[in-house]
Amino acid sequence: MFRSAKDINERSTWQELTPGAEIYEPATSKLVMTGEWRTMTPVFDPERCKQCMLCVPYCPDASIPVKDGKRTDTDLDHCKGCGICAKVCPFEAIRMELGGK
Amino acid sequence: MGTNTRLSGNEAVAYAMKQINPDVMGAFPITPSTEIPQYFASYIANGEVDTEFVPVESEHSAMSTCIGASAAGARAITATSSAGLAFMWELLYVAASSRLPIVMAVVNRALTGPININNDHSDSMGCRDTGWIQIYAENNQEVYDNYLQAMPIAEHCRLPVMICQDGFITSHALANIQLLEDEEVRGFVGEYNPEHYLLNPQEPLAVGPYGVSPYYMEIKKAQAEAMKDARERIRQVGKDFGELSGRFYDMIEEYRMEDAEFAVVVIGSSAGTGKAAVNMLRERGVKAGLVKLRVFRPFPREELAAALSGCRAVAVMDKAEGFSGCGGPVFAETRSALYDAETRPLMVNYVYGLGGRDVTTDTFETVFDALQKIAEDGHVGETYRHIGVREE
Repeated sequence: MFRSAKDINERSTWQELTPGAEIYEPATSKLVMTGEWRTMTPVFDPERCKQCMLCVPYCPDASIPVKDGKRTDTDLDHCKGCGICAKVCPFEAIRMELGGK
Repeated sequence: MGTNTRLSGNEAVAYAMKQINPDVMGAFPITPSTEIPQYFASYIANGEVDTEFVPVESEHSAMSTCIGASAAGARAITATSSAGLAFMWELLYVAASSRLPIVMAVVNRALTGPININNDHSDSMGCRDTGWIQIYAENNQEVYDNYLQAMPIAEHCRLPVMICQDGFITSHALANIQLLEDEEVRGFVGEYNPEHYLLNPQEPLAVGPYGVSPYYMEIKKAQAEAMKDARERIRQVGKDFGELSGRFYDMIEEYRMEDAEFAVVVIGSSAGTGKAAVNMLRERGVKAGLVKLRVFRPFPREELAAALSGCRAVAVMDKAEGFSGCGGPVFAETRSALYDAETRPLMVNYVYGLGGRDVTTDTFETVFDALQKIAEDGHVGETYRHIGVREE
């Protein structure tokens, strides 16, 4: 039996789950919106950012996307709001705000 | 076909393992199951099997080894007893909920304390709700036969299986036994080709994920359904094994039950003693019978109800204390199985044989005498009784 992870959700019946809840594909964590857990939100200021890229490897949730050699705005679907990026940024280009979208 | 020889129960299990030639064994020694990995290690050392033997530092690690190996796609086995089984406890649940078809030989021994190395069923009865199939043997032949049926059951149902035998009685005592030929065993047990396994480079796989509350109950329901479905597979494999060997197996065995008015329900080697007592009583004109529970998980509810509902009085024998304050686990479940029957016998519980306390035909005669009195009186009196215990 193969069932794609994107077809398994909180409305799935017990018959629709896989034996032992096995997952038969990689990188399914993208399907889980861990951003919902967040209480603090990083606010990114592109004016102050020097694209030093220090925040990118520090992010424990791989939630800072890089495109054409430049970081873009934080992936808020998956960012848990830990604040590490703001802490390591040498240019105060990231500040943490309570709540947020 | 078949070879007649004499083997201890432990050697019979090790020999069955050799004939199957599984992929991985993780094991740690504990009396009275120590001989199983010991014999099997000598088969490995002699090049008779090519199993990877993992000499772990504890039973917790033995079961962890089996879980990892089974998830990787290997046939994984182990053997243990008593405190060793208790030390595996949390992993027993992991193996079952991950639906890994691990096969474990359990040589039943009393749980500490007080510390005791002799037989009762407190170890496997203690883990009766972990999600493992449990199959019990009356004698060495059944130990061997049950072990050969374990993998065809486990791998079809995707549930782990315990093959239980009574410590020292059907582990160390020698008995005549008929072995199948290696080719017959290989043909019966077959190759293991799991659909999903971690070592498959074509399919990345996650095993044992976090089951948050929106999923946990559905996962448990699926596991419960698999256990219900296991009944049919166990019966089918028992029938197939009978066609191969001439020895047929089912969920329960009914002994002289056709017209029985008084019956005992018993698990394991004591069934043999009970049958001898039934024969003696039958010669005296007592309509005695015996029901042997071969499979305890899944519980043979319908079979027991059908076998016992015509009796006048039934004694359920528990070789383990449940400390429920009102009887042992076999009694609780057997009495529950009869609840929906149109006619119900009077039913009493005997806890017996704890920590290797002797069980003889006299024990069963006392039980059958009590059953006749219960039937005459029309009421059971105290249902929760201990037999073979000194008391004032």
